[in-house]
Amino acid sequence: MTMQLTPPAIAVAPPRRLSAGDIAARTTPRNSLAETLSQTMAMAWRATKKMRRNPEQFFDVTIQPLLFTAMFAYLLGGGMSGSVEAYLPLVIPGILAQTALTACMATGVQLREDMEKGVFDRFKSLPMARIAPLAGPMIADLLRYAIASALTFAAGFAMGYRPEGGVLGVLAAIVLTVIAGWSLAWAFTWVGTLARSAQSVQGISMMIMFPLTFMSNALVPVDTLPGWLAAFVKVNPVSYIVTATRDLANLGQITAHVGWALLACAAVILIFAPLSVLGYRRHL
Amino acid sequence: MTHIPAVHAEGLVKSFGDFRAVDGVDLHVAQGEIFGVLGPNGAGKTTMLKMLATLLSIDMGRAEIFGVDVRRDPHRTRQLLGVTGQYASVDENLTANENLWLFGRLQGVPSKKARDTAADLLGRFGLEEAANKPISQFSGGMRRRLDLAASLITRPPLIFLDEPTTGLDPRTRGQMWDTIRDLVADGCTVLLTTQYLDEADQLADRIAVIDRGYKVAEGTPDELKASVGNSTLQLRLADAADLIMAADVVRRLLGEEPVISGSGRMNVALDAADRAAEVLIGLREAGIGITSVSVDAPTLDEVFLVLTGHDTAEPELEVAR
Ligand SMILES: Nc1ncnc2c1ncn2[C@@H]1O[C@H](COP(=O)(O)OP(=O)(O)OP(=O)(O)O)[C@@H](O)[C@H]1O
Ligand SMILES: [Mg+2]
Repeated sequence: MTMQLTPPAIAVAPPRRLSAGDIAARTTPRNSLAETLSQTMAMAWRATKKMRRNPEQFFDVTIQPLLFTAMFAYLLGGGMSGSVEAYLPLVIPGILAQTALTACMATGVQLREDMEKGVFDRFKSLPMARIAPLAGPMIADLLRYAIASALTFAAGFAMGYRPEGGVLGVLAAIVLTVIAGWSLAWAFTWVGTLARSAQSVQGISMMIMFPLTFMSNALVPVDTLPGWLAAFVKVNPVSYIVTATRDLANLGQITAHVGWALLACAAVILIFAPLSVLGYRRHL
Repeated sequence: MTHIPAVHAEGLVKSFGDFRAVDGVDLHVAQGEIFGVLGPNGAGKTTMLKMLATLLSIDMGRAEIFGVDVRRDPHRTRQLLGVTGQYASVDENLTANENLWLFGRLQGVPSKKARDTAADLLGRFGLEEAANKPISQFSGGMRRRLDLAASLITRPPLIFLDEPTTGLDPRTRGQMWDTIRDLVADGCTVLLTTQYLDEADQLADRIAVIDRGYKVAEGTPDELKASVGNSTLQLRLADAADLIMAADVVRRLLGEEPVISGSGRMNVALDAADRAAEVLIGLREAGIGITSVSVDAPTLDEVFLVLTGHDTAEPELEVAR
């Protein structure tokens, strides 16, 4: 490799000597909203490039929905609803929420891994909005949630699930799942900015995720549960999302549950997005 | 007309727990200067640079970059700086081209212009053939160059270079030096750190020597070297029995006491390298045979020994509890 040192590319520019006025003119006090958005999209672009070059990142959103759908339907279908077909309308929206949650858990782990890399030193030294490195990958992750939801429905369909809500209902259910996944990802992003290592992010996230997904109405109707468990299941935000998804896919109706689910999502974002930015700043 | 200084720092302090990595350093870098921070491993060079670059908080003291307060206005500070860290800070998952494009976009450069700038910089740093290769296939020297290129996208007026040539072979090192000189010819100010006296000597207009978090000396390269003698003449005599006689010759010619070590070896401090010839001629006239001879610039070790009274071994962590 030869390194051609072209004589100073921008030849004989007179030495720049800057005055306080020049400095004020070439800097801005903060990032505008438009700048923040464009930086976020640039970080999203980076994340999609990374996904394409590390396809194993798609395992959790491809294999898991297929496996869980088949496994839970055949395992629990007979016992729960008398037959697999009768159980599908109950369990498919449940698995949808579950996969979205697992998928957004990966967001936190990956962020933590990413932050250890040298390139983050450069991101920190650039005059970019502190939310961009967090929000960028999450926008790219929308793709992962969409894949997970579509595959879950496809697997259900192959097993005989015929959602009453029709195409529109199913599409609405997918959109809701994507929104829910994106919102909950902020909680895991926050964990990602706090924990010491990617491993501990994984551990903490599992501890949050398992009770949230399994102690919900994702796999079983609430009225089959003992009172204390039913009480938790009823306040679990995942239950709202699962019920709302069922209403959309199975009834084709935008019920009050959908409204509650969206409200829960908004609350999660409002709490955890600022916490995540604070957590990220602490790394400076 | 006086210009605002590129860097002005007073009493910088950074502690990690009980350990003060930077302990009250003042720094003043004028515009258009190459300023070298010279120090051994663990001296606090990287820590100091990171404080000035808003990558580490400033515990005590204050710092201004072109008159902008680093602590109060980190966002403005970042717009004035290009930082090339000690370890490559480019994205391993992207190609060279993609890296530069991304860093351009993140600093508000429009997409097309970012592409052009990337191509331009890759050409200027001899990386155009590797433009579309993933970074994981890059050699150390290529990474270093790409890293520097990434710091120049918005042509910032001040560049920080943390050990820009550590780990490079001599040829690549010389090329890096040329590149740095080009930057300054172009109007940039450069603050660099190094462990090598000769590098600071070659490049820097002024040098600060730091050790264990303190600044122990500051001046032009010549001033620093003069404080330790310009060079050392190292001799090995054919016959160790001649040592006493040879020492007499040196004393007579230079008025300087040579350092004698076993098996016929002798070191002589010189205030100018060409005085070595006088010694050699004097020895020949006295009929003293020599098996090897060399004239060396003072090493960082020697500078340190003189300035601090200890060698460059990494300080043991004297944790005060
Ligand atoms: N994050 C940290 N936590 C604790 N100690 C640290 C941290 N960073 C640096 N140090 C300590 O501070 C001291 C100065 O480190 P620094 O990296 O600034 O040295 P340096 O001069 O850049 O050395 P080198 O030539 O090896 O790069 C070292 O003793 C190091 O162990
Ligand atoms: Mg260092």
